[in-house]
Amino acid sequence: MKAKVFVTLKPSILDPQGKAITGALRTLGYNSVCDVRQGKYFELDVEAETVTEAETVANEVADKLLANPVIESYRVEIE
Amino acid sequence: MKFAVVVFPGSNCDHDAYHALASVLGHEVVLVWHKEIHLSGADVVVLPGGFSYGDYLRTGAIARFSPVMTRVVEFAAAGGPVLGICNGFQVLLEAGLLPGGMRRNKTLKFICEHVNLRVEVSDTAFTKLASVGQVLRMPIAHGEGNYYVDADTLRELKERQQIVFRYTAPDGSLDEQRNVNGSVDAIAGICNRDRNVVGLMPHPERACEDVVGSSDGRVVLESVVDAFRVGAVAPAG
Repeated sequence: MKAKVFVTLKPSILDPQGKAITGALRTLGYNSVCDVRQGKYFELDVEAETVTEAETVANEVADKLLANPVIESYRVEIE
Repeated sequence: MKFAVVVFPGSNCDHDAYHALASVLGHEVVLVWHKEIHLSGADVVVLPGGFSYGDYLRTGAIARFSPVMTRVVEFAAAGGPVLGICNGFQVLLEAGLLPGGMRRNKTLKFICEHVNLRVEVSDTAFTKLASVGQVLRMPIAHGEGNYYVDADTLRELKERQQIVFRYTAPDGSLDEQRNVNGSVDAIAGICNRDRNVVGLMPHPERACEDVVGSSDGRVVLESVVDAFRVGAVAPAG
């Protein structure tokens, strides 16, 4: 089963990279893009019988390693 | 008095630490490869600067799982003095030995320059010989030193006096422009509750001889030697 993990900085944390990208988009004329938040995306191949089982594993690894809970939050999707 | 300098793949200040401790200060130093499961009976552990595991995933995130880190965690829990410099500080954060996390510098640039640090407390294993308010000049060299903690943890750090160093102007006054990486509350270094584990982004080991521009970093390394001599820290190795 494929698990997708999206890791992003928590909303309260300033994202300097996102700000720089927003600035670059302004330069390109995309004034309608008000803000950009940059994150990380992981694809995990998980051996699991059920979606719940794959979800549990993906959440665990996201919490223990893929994301740093101090500054980041994550979301898991199973395919 | 024996120091262990842990070497992770990608550490590049391990020999700076070795030079400062062995050649300048004259102590016994062992370089401990990260796959080791012992600390060679060292009295003090130094996690050096660099780019462990190429900074993959997050700075310090993979190094924390190195076999030697289990021993470092035990060593710290037993009261052994541990100093994390730059990437070593990042490893201590990821390992949960110190609270908080690192973000990219506010400027998005890798900053390599001398900064002024104000000593905030002198009762840690690594600031014992410094005085509160003393300003030390040391170099920084990092891209991710923008320290973050949430408001509750910051309050706790203040209450327990765990903020050890702050970025300041040369006269020791707080100035947001001198907080070069954008750290919360201009924090450059912190300690744990037991005050035996200290992490900081600036490099005291690169400021131990006048010939390299500053010898202000010596007080950090000499403090732990003194703490050990008077029995203020427990031999845990």
